Amino acid sequence: MATRLTRRTSPEALGLSADDLRSMYRTMVTARLVDEAAFRLNRQGKAPFVVPVSGHEGCQVGTAWALERGRDVWVPYYRDVGVVLVAGMTPYDIFLGLFAKADDPSSGGRQMPNHWGSRRLGIISHSSPIASQLPHAVGIAYAIRYRGEDAVVGSWFGEGATSEGIWHEALNFAGIHRLPVVFVCENNRYAISVAQNKQMAIEDVADRAAAYGFPGVVVDGNDVLACYAAMKEAVARARAGEGPTLIEAKTYRYFPHTSDDDDRTYRSREEVEEARRRDPIRRFERVLLDLGVLTASDPEQIAAEIKEDVERRIDEAWAAPDPDPATLYRHVFAEPVDP
Amino acid sequence: MTEKNVVTAIHDALHDAMAADDRVVVLGEDVGARGGVFRVTQGFLEEFGEARVIDTPLAEGAIVGIAVGMALHGLLPVAEIEFADFIHPAFDQMVSEVARMRYRSNGDFGLPMVVRAPWGGGVHGALYHSQSVEAFFAHVPGLKVVVPSTPYDAAGMLRAAIADPDPVLFLEHKRTYRLISGEVPDEPYAVPIGPADVKREGTDLTAISYGLMLHHCLEAAARLEREHGISVEVVDVRTLNPLDRETILASVRKTGKAMVVYEDNRTYGAGAEIVATIAEEALFDLDGPLVRIGGPDVPAMGFATNLEHAFLPDVDLIAARMLELARF
Repeated sequence: MATRLTRRTSPEALGLSADDLRSMYRTMVTARLVDEAAFRLNRQGKAPFVVPVSGHEGCQVGTAWALERGRDVWVPYYRDVGVVLVAGMTPYDIFLGLFAKADDPSSGGRQMPNHWGSRRLGIISHSSPIASQLPHAVGIAYAIRYRGEDAVVGSWFGEGATSEGIWHEALNFAGIHRLPVVFVCENNRYAISVAQNKQMAIEDVADRAAAYGFPGVVVDGNDVLACYAAMKEAVARARAGEGPTLIEAKTYRYFPHTSDDDDRTYRSREEVEEARRRDPIRRFERVLLDLGVLTASDPEQIAAEIKEDVERRIDEAWAAPDPDPATLYRHVFAEPVDP
Repeated sequence: MTEKNVVTAIHDALHDAMAADDRVVVLGEDVGARGGVFRVTQGFLEEFGEARVIDTPLAEGAIVGIAVGMALHGLLPVAEIEFADFIHPAFDQMVSEVARMRYRSNGDFGLPMVVRAPWGGGVHGALYHSQSVEAFFAHVPGLKVVVPSTPYDAAGMLRAAIADPDPVLFLEHKRTYRLISGEVPDEPYAVPIGPADVKREGTDLTAISYGLMLHHCLEAAARLEREHGISVEVVDVRTLNPLDRETILASVRKTGKAMVVYEDNRTYGAGAEIVATIAEEALFDLDGPLVRIGGPDVPAMGFATNLEHAFLPDVDLIAARMLELARF
């Protein structure tokens, strides 16, 4: 059975400085405010489609923080605003994608928003079919080891993905070859509307790791430091050649699946309100206030600063050029390189 | 030059590619210890080691999907699907991932990878070891689909496929593996992906084909020349996507008559696209009806010898239709 990570680890013991903690906090708040702005833009008719992150900021930022930019590889899924912010995308990049602009780094306006990708940042392009990116993460991990590199692949997905056959196939292969990859399940208890008890007969997705011969760890996804601790250990194992880990972060999404979904049809308002009481941002805030890393006035001021920046990036992204329809036929195949 | 059959030519070309470049790895079911069920990777495990010759679990989606990851991180994977009939579990990876990676990332990511799959009938393969899958994949932009039919083309196009910056579905007709032999250069050479090839020159009509049917067409053409003095030009399509319209159309404009021969189910098969192309581009150059010979629209060929024969177009049928068209 999966390990439950319940011990408390101090930020110091985790090697996190006060600056690190403030950066993590700011990244979480940025993800939340990007989300709120995106929904507003959706209602204004400026953003046709929004995939919200709110509620997942703790598990995303906590796990992603344990990878290293420029060294490791990120294989996210569509809800991972927090992951790609840690990987180096900016709110401006995200809004370029939201508005499907020519300079959208993920796809130049071709894909729906939140279908991340950037060769420069080591974020691997992914599609909409769920779990389809899992074998890519595993193949990259195989190539990393084959080439004698010490990079680690992080691979994120929801618990819904774990029902797909390809998810099993990917983890099975990773286990056989003890590859340097960490699997992070952001379990928010719903695959759009289908509740966990209709998705699987088990309580913990992490239990499935036993079938692949590597450790499964359950962690409180609303506790960013616990998520970081679990990921840090898993990344260290992977880098040391000890193979994969499956981390299951128990969390919740506060908004519908997407801007086209209505979650009132499948979950009660009371349930959502109850989950919101465990907000990962508020929780981290309390930890940082207790530690003296934040002062009482900081949260409001930080939120105001980020909000201002987000609003400016929205305006800039909105004003950016649309894709040129003449590019429709480009990049079906490689283009000849100019001599 | 050395006389080789198709499967030996593929084995040797793949071997040379592995020997020349350690980014090339092979993965698939039974490719290691067994050397492939058709022996394409015979001896590879001993020579190149298990890091480069990867026996995978029975999971076609993962075989293709893991190859995608390898190609994203600097390797040149050559994945084997044991029989083309078993590629369907990998359909999502092929269509949603392999074919679209470059387009969806606006050119940021490319996939230099090859998926090899033995296809086609005439080997007592029945419903699930005889299928033609080319039309499913040739329909998908972003995926190159090749169907070499001779030892020379198979070896040369495999080299081109491995060197290609984009994904190539490399379809090898099982019946040709040991049936068809020919001269193959000993030095490495490439046959480019894209161009069709006129395998036999003629003036009275054009037969367009690939796979086992190409060889049936060549035999039928020889018979017509011998018995009726009719000159048939035979065009080997070789690459289904991108399709070499120019070579096909040039031949049809020269002869004024065209037939397409393929063993896939006739309806919506590759032949439909070829015939439609001729109808659109060369209708007024035609002196006879467009003829399309395909497999019947039943799910697949049966195991019984006579059921298999009843499914597959044969030389007699093709020769008869050629004669009919020539005399039109």
